Amino acid sequence: MSDSMTTETFTDHPFVAHWGALRDALPGQDLPWLSQLRESALKRFAGSGLPTPKQESWKYTNLRPIEKVGFGVDGAPRACISIDRAPSLLPAASDHHRLVFVDGHYRADLSTLGKLPDGAELTTLREMLARDPDWVEAQLGVTANEPGQPLLALNTAMMMNGFVLRLAKGAVLHDPIEVVHLGGAGDRPLAYHPRNLVVLEAGSQATLIEHHTHMAPMNEEGQPYYANIGTEVVLAEGAVLHHYKLQAEALNAFHTATVHAEVAAGALYDAFAMSTGARLSRNEIAVRLAGEAANCHLNGAYLLRGEQHCDNTTRIDHLVPSTACSEVFKGVVDDRARAVFQGKITVHRDAQHTNGHQLSKVLLLSDKAEIDAKPELEIYADDVVCSHGATAGDLDHNALFYLRARGIPEPTARAMLIEAFLAETVHNIAAQGLCPALMSSIGHWLADRRGDL
Amino acid sequence: MLEIKNLHATVDGKEILKGIDLTVNAGEIHAIMGPNGSGKSTLSYVLSGREGYEMTEGEVLFKGRNLIDMEPEERAGEGVFLAFQYPVEIPGVPNTTFLKEALNSVRRYRGEDELDAMQFVKLVREKTKLLHMSDDMLKRAVNVGFSGGEKKRNEALQMAILEPSLAILDETDSGLDIDALKTVADSVNLLRKPENALLVITHYQRLLDYIVPDHVHVLAQGRIQRSGGKELALELEKNGYAAFTAGAAA
Repeated sequence: MSDSMTTETFTDHPFVAHWGALRDALPGQDLPWLSQLRESALKRFAGSGLPTPKQESWKYTNLRPIEKVGFGVDGAPRACISIDRAPSLLPAASDHHRLVFVDGHYRADLSTLGKLPDGAELTTLREMLARDPDWVEAQLGVTANEPGQPLLALNTAMMMNGFVLRLAKGAVLHDPIEVVHLGGAGDRPLAYHPRNLVVLEAGSQATLIEHHTHMAPMNEEGQPYYANIGTEVVLAEGAVLHHYKLQAEALNAFHTATVHAEVAAGALYDAFAMSTGARLSRNEIAVRLAGEAANCHLNGAYLLRGEQHCDNTTRIDHLVPSTACSEVFKGVVDDRARAVFQGKITVHRDAQHTNGHQLSKVLLLSDKAEIDAKPELEIYADDVVCSHGATAGDLDHNALFYLRARGIPEPTARAMLIEAFLAETVHNIAAQGLCPALMSSIGHWLADRRGDL
Repeated sequence: MLEIKNLHATVDGKEILKGIDLTVNAGEIHAIMGPNGSGKSTLSYVLSGREGYEMTEGEVLFKGRNLIDMEPEERAGEGVFLAFQYPVEIPGVPNTTFLKEALNSVRRYRGEDELDAMQFVKLVREKTKLLHMSDDMLKRAVNVGFSGGEKKRNEALQMAILEPSLAILDETDSGLDIDALKTVADSVNLLRKPENALLVITHYQRLLDYIVPDHVHVLAQGRIQRSGGKELALELEKNGYAAFTAGAAA
């Protein structure tokens, strides 16, 4: 990359060129406000191109490999794709609501929305734009409105579909919602930009599970794909959202997800994301704790190998008194893989009695594995309790010897200790029905590695 | 069963064991006593295969096979068991998972069928009953939040399940009050069989009131300075180790 990057514009960037191929297929073309939103976002993206490591928050993650692939776009879903049964992270017998997307396109035939309680709406962005465009106008780009986020701008310009969850005051969804994204179904490299809206009114509650995975059969590599996701979450007073995600994309795929959440008084945003897939991935989450006793949990786990790169970047703003956050990210990095953790907590001037805790713990299984951990606390109030910590190391040698001295072969002993290290993060999640699937994805990862551990 | 011949061993390049000879036969209990820093724990780690404890000279045969060339897990499979002075806490690994994995690993090594979940539960119930232990310790993570006494009883439970032919008790009395000491000693005695042997490593004589040795060896300055019967332990309790450390230095 040359220095001219900073002055150059990117009107001929391949992603900008996608606009021409896509515009006629995009939803809401009859809505002037939406066209304007898209066009101004496109202009912003064309002004910056993809983020580069010259930007502070992208220092450790280089998106250049995405540009090298030569992604195209598909305006319409492929009719020929048939999927007998899209995978589920929940027990087969469980009642839940399910939306399935293939290469970013909604597949009603694979989805089962189920029966929703009064005051609950679960649908797609496309459908919601047709049903209640005024409501969408009032929400879209409101929480995620910050400048300097080229990926979000790209998403806004190109968003084709996504899911919308809207709960009226006091509505409680007892069954979880599972959103499945399957990538790599195309016959050429495709990029897609799902946009999701989650709006929970006062006292409402839901559990949302995102599963990002792929179409390629075991041990086969399909076409590379790029999922660039944008999600806006608005939690009114006392609302509770459990938001879980398993990113198990194909190992030649790219995944960037940007979440903006606004949390009102007494509300809880409880997020957990596990990353095992993708050649390059970034989870970027920004949470504004905007009402008293607003609370968020941002937790995560990741397992990386080969040349995978996984970036977890979080930002939490404590804006008013008596808000709390806790953040624990745990990862296992093998081979030449690289993990990035950037966690910024800002306690604003008025945010007295903030309680903020952040921890990053990493096991590095090889000499060439890498973690770049950058915890950041910025505190402008004087009566707060905040802590942060970051550790990186190998497995506990004493524990390893103890297990081996009891007859357990070294690779098994190592796998047991790695599993135990990550299990803590999984078992802390509230949706217990999801735990077996997450533990089994850890188990599969370890079984694949067994020979090398 | 165990033949140690002229064993020299180093830790971090420093020679700690300077020529140990010791033969332990099936059915025997041997006590190794000595002052701090005499090499007692080094001996237990060399025998169990801990990384960093290196044999530089000599030979260790277990049932006629060269023990030192084996990995720690192979030694466990052959029937060597080290009861740790400080049992390691392993957060996130339930004690039952650990015990089952250990037992089935050892059974695989010995060419025996693995136990399924039902068979394992039955075996563990039998052993906890034998040792008067509560099931509560099985559900918790390995040694996490265990008292000193519970940790040592958990070692005894592992021993009961793995049924080693040679158990090495490394300072099993450390950190235990007299009641806990008696309980652990009772457990060890319950597990004794004529075909098995015990090597009891201890600083103090008091453990030997409960686990009565056939032979007592004084280890000081990296060598066995004197061997005798159980009365030697009482003599050491009375006179201390000064005679051996001073004598060796002179």
